[in-house]
Amino acid sequence: MDTTASTPPTAGTPWSELVTAALLGAERRTPPGGSVTALLDAAAVETVRRRAGMRPAVAGPRPEPSPADERPPLPAAAEHRLSLLLARGGASSGGGGGRRGTAPDLGELLPQWLAAANAHGYRAPEAKLPALLDAARARTDLRPQTLAFAGPRGRWLARLNPDWKFALRNGGEHTGHTGSAGPGDTGTSTGTSTGAEAVTTEVVQALWDEGLFAERVTLLASLRRRDPAAGLALLASSWSAERAEDRLMFLDSLRDGLSPADEPFLEQALADRSRTVRATGAELLSALPGSALAGRMARRASSCVSLDPVPDGPDDRILVEAPHECDAEMQRDGVVPKPPAGRGERAWWLGQLVETAPLATWTERFGGRTPAEIIALPVADDWQQDLHAAWCLAAVRQRDVGWARALVGAPGASPAQGPGDPAKLLAVLPPEERAVWAARFIAAHGLSEAFRILGVCAVPWSDPLGRAVMDALEIARDAGSYPWSFSGVMGLAERCLDPVDADRLAPLAAVPDEPEDGSPGAGSYWSEAFQRLVSTLRLRAEMRAELRGEALGVAAQAVAAEG
Amino acid sequence: MAPPTVRDMSGQGVRWTAEQVLALAPDTASRKSGSKLAAPGPWSEAGTADGALWGLCKGSGKTPYRTVVDVDGGNGPGYTCSCPSRKFPCKHALGLLLLWAGGEESVGPAPEVPQWAQEWLAGRRQRARQAAGAGDAGGGAGGAGQPADPEAARRRAERRARLVSAGAAELEQRLTDLLRGGLAAAEHQGYAAWDEMAARMVDAQAKGLADGLRELGAIPSSGPGWPERLLSESALLHLLAQGVLGLEQPEGSSSGGTAPERSQPGTPPSGSRLPEPLAATVRSRVGLTVDTARLLADEEARVRDDWLVLAQRDTDEGKLTVRRIWLSGRRSRRPALLLSFAVAGRAPQLSLPVGSVLDCDLAFYPGTAPLRAALGERHGPPGAGFLPAAAGAAGGGSSVAAALAAYAAALCEDPWLDAWPVVLTDVVPIPGGQGAWQLADSEGEGALPLAPDSPPAGLWKLTALSGGAALTVFGDCGHRGFTPYTAWSPTADHPEAIPL
Repeated sequence: MDTTASTPPTAGTPWSELVTAALLGAERRTPPGGSVTALLDAAAVETVRRRAGMRPAVAGPRPEPSPADERPPLPAAAEHRLSLLLARGGASSGGGGGRRGTAPDLGELLPQWLAAANAHGYRAPEAKLPALLDAARARTDLRPQTLAFAGPRGRWLARLNPDWKFALRNGGEHTGHTGSAGPGDTGTSTGTSTGAEAVTTEVVQALWDEGLFAERVTLLASLRRRDPAAGLALLASSWSAERAEDRLMFLDSLRDGLSPADEPFLEQALADRSRTVRATGAELLSALPGSALAGRMARRASSCVSLDPVPDGPDDRILVEAPHECDAEMQRDGVVPKPPAGRGERAWWLGQLVETAPLATWTERFGGRTPAEIIALPVADDWQQDLHAAWCLAAVRQRDVGWARALVGAPGASPAQGPGDPAKLLAVLPPEERAVWAARFIAAHGLSEAFRILGVCAVPWSDPLGRAVMDALEIARDAGSYPWSFSGVMGLAERCLDPVDADRLAPLAAVPDEPEDGSPGAGSYWSEAFQRLVSTLRLRAEMRAELRGEALGVAAQAVAAEG
Repeated sequence: MAPPTVRDMSGQGVRWTAEQVLALAPDTASRKSGSKLAAPGPWSEAGTADGALWGLCKGSGKTPYRTVVDVDGGNGPGYTCSCPSRKFPCKHALGLLLLWAGGEESVGPAPEVPQWAQEWLAGRRQRARQAAGAGDAGGGAGGAGQPADPEAARRRAERRARLVSAGAAELEQRLTDLLRGGLAAAEHQGYAAWDEMAARMVDAQAKGLADGLRELGAIPSSGPGWPERLLSESALLHLLAQGVLGLEQPEGSSSGGTAPERSQPGTPPSGSRLPEPLAATVRSRVGLTVDTARLLADEEARVRDDWLVLAQRDTDEGKLTVRRIWLSGRRSRRPALLLSFAVAGRAPQLSLPVGSVLDCDLAFYPGTAPLRAALGERHGPPGAGFLPAAAGAAGGGSSVAAALAAYAAALCEDPWLDAWPVVLTDVVPIPGGQGAWQLADSEGEGALPLAPDSPPAGLWKLTALSGGAALTVFGDCGHRGFTPYTAWSPTADHPEAIPL
């Protein structure tokens, strides 16, 4: 900055000459002024003169102003809470089963705080945006909620700092207006969205033709969300010229808003040069039960699986005749001919056919039986496991509630017996049904297998589910094991139990009597774990109240403004 | 952070913000563990009254820890806790403060301070009153700041002045040698030679000269343009050494103009003794400090005002943590700087909430561009802050130009100033892609480059607050650029100070 001063000649020697003289040294050349002291005196004067004479620099290009964010600000208490959650750091403390003390794990509460703040429709405090973006950069699970919360100012900021590029990659369309758009807002929000569309039509093709890969993926995904047909048309316009890796990514972005209108394009993808593109195309088509591919798969699967009427017995049974070959047509429809190690190829082919065939095929094939009745039918020659496992995958992929319910079976049955992954099947069922099933499962089997099942249950846990988990934790404690054997479930409970359960749990936080066959010291560790559970629940209740408190204020303001 | 005015009515003083509390933490680990304890769970019997907080915190043992914080103590906040931690404040004190900052739900007003907290509190305040009384009494017998034997003290001061003077003469000799050999040779000299010279200045009890030499030693490896910087800093150090040699010797001040003549190079001709305010500047630069108690007792040095707390910054300087707190007077409109020290790893005692206003006395250290001050008596708890006015205050002018003019004016008084604290109004931060960041006038072309060592986190916070719009920023304006410390959000109805 010294150099910004102009250097009019003064009584002294020019600065550059002083520097040269100083570099050379008085032994080589007599400095200006005749002595070293004179040189230092002159340099001191010149230094101060130049510092005092600094002029303003010329301003560089200024950033465009950030778009306005009309959402209401956070209540003071909630903003204070956010500071604490962020001070704790975006990184969650190692999930290991070690001892974690009695205090709540604040990093784990950030996601639900963000979700709640977004549900209320608050604007993020500007000063916290860098810390929020840094937290989301470190933890991908925070990104969608953080970006919604950060809103237009957050995206504006992210464009200026390459570290926050991730914020522009996806979810650029989340406006964060999730909860705030009241009836009065609709006029403005539709106004802006039509404006955006008008801009898009002109800009989209140029960006699509010339943009970087990441920009193009984002563009396609956002266009697809707004207007699936336009997105498809855009992709089709350049499809044959894309590289195979890019084709795969683009094809995958059709998953959002998939409809029968996409079928002709996907059929074409089945003839693609790349095997992975073909497989993805087939997978997408199989999720469209009315598609021609689904029909072809249904025919193939039906020819392998048939009903065998047992002449004398009361029950019919299912006969399976697995395919003998995987022909070119099957391969074109996405069937992978080579099985993974340890699986017979005929069973592998059969599995793929049944997985992809629409489940409605089977009701028809087995004389109008319900899914439960079909599953109850005996299967000949040890094919039952293969067949049921394939139906499970089909139920998950086609999100078929009836089949999922029948396949997941009774919660009391041993979890090892089930044909598929109960957590995935449960996720297909409505939330209340999921919670009831999980509660009964835990009552029957305890917590050791429950982690993934609990993971798909809606938060906060419903009353029966919460009770089942609390009872199971108490049983585990009384059985004398250490609490860290259950740290996964404990962590989930801290985040997912309804905060109103805190009072019910409080008595458990006392140090219990040691059971005779219990592990030494387990009692006090349990007490600590329950203390943390209770204090986390109380903290969550407080967090909610902080966010809600001001929400009432906002409503009151809105009423006042209207009146 | 709500505008604190609402809570003022309670008579409890302003509840601090989480940021203010976290600024007290001695290290990152304490911030984290303190944040964890900022939940009602482990606390019982927590309350606040009479400017103090207390609470029982359940730890791993049977007996809970007793934590007490004196928020409005005479000499800044104080803490005590029955926990064995050697950190200060400990995580329990931080947790309690954070809980209190959160609102009345967890740490509500209580009718009186419980006995166990009162004992410590009464003792602490008693000591603070005694210290203040001693300061006010000035030359009073037995005052804490008063040397026991004035004659012995005078002899010590004389001896030190002679040592410092000899050190300055030696430094002049070294600088002369440096310039004889040429700065180009210094590039290969390495840091050790500078450090050895600095150690000799420490022996001469001239800390300012030693620090200057260490800075010189770092310049040859500081990248392009180093010869110019080395010449500038050498010349200014030469100027300081000359200033030291031009100081009145203590015997001179007592017996009148009989300072010993010297034959070393660089000794100014006798008769060109420095005039007093400039001599005080030189003394403080070289490390000859003024006794704070005596300063506070001097009525002429004291200024009572509503002092707005503009910023608080900690820097790690070797074995010390140095805390700088910048203030600005509402009526006097003058800037002030408080310094507070602690051994490395601990937080200095004094902490003032940024953005609040303190009705108190400040005693300015003597000098030509007086800035550093000592905190005197406080006349009330911190109150609600206000938006500070620009440096130049010539309405409508360029904030950037006014800031440079303020630095230039201060430099005319104290040529060794690296920077001068200024408030910029209506400036827009411009992130530097490749080059330097800038703060530009919202109207016009003028801009201040930001100092290259400004921490990026603060710069991004500044940008986020601005959103491309103009805002008010406080910082240090100097020859290395502008270092922003605090910004006031442009959009809020009640602009609040945000530390960067």
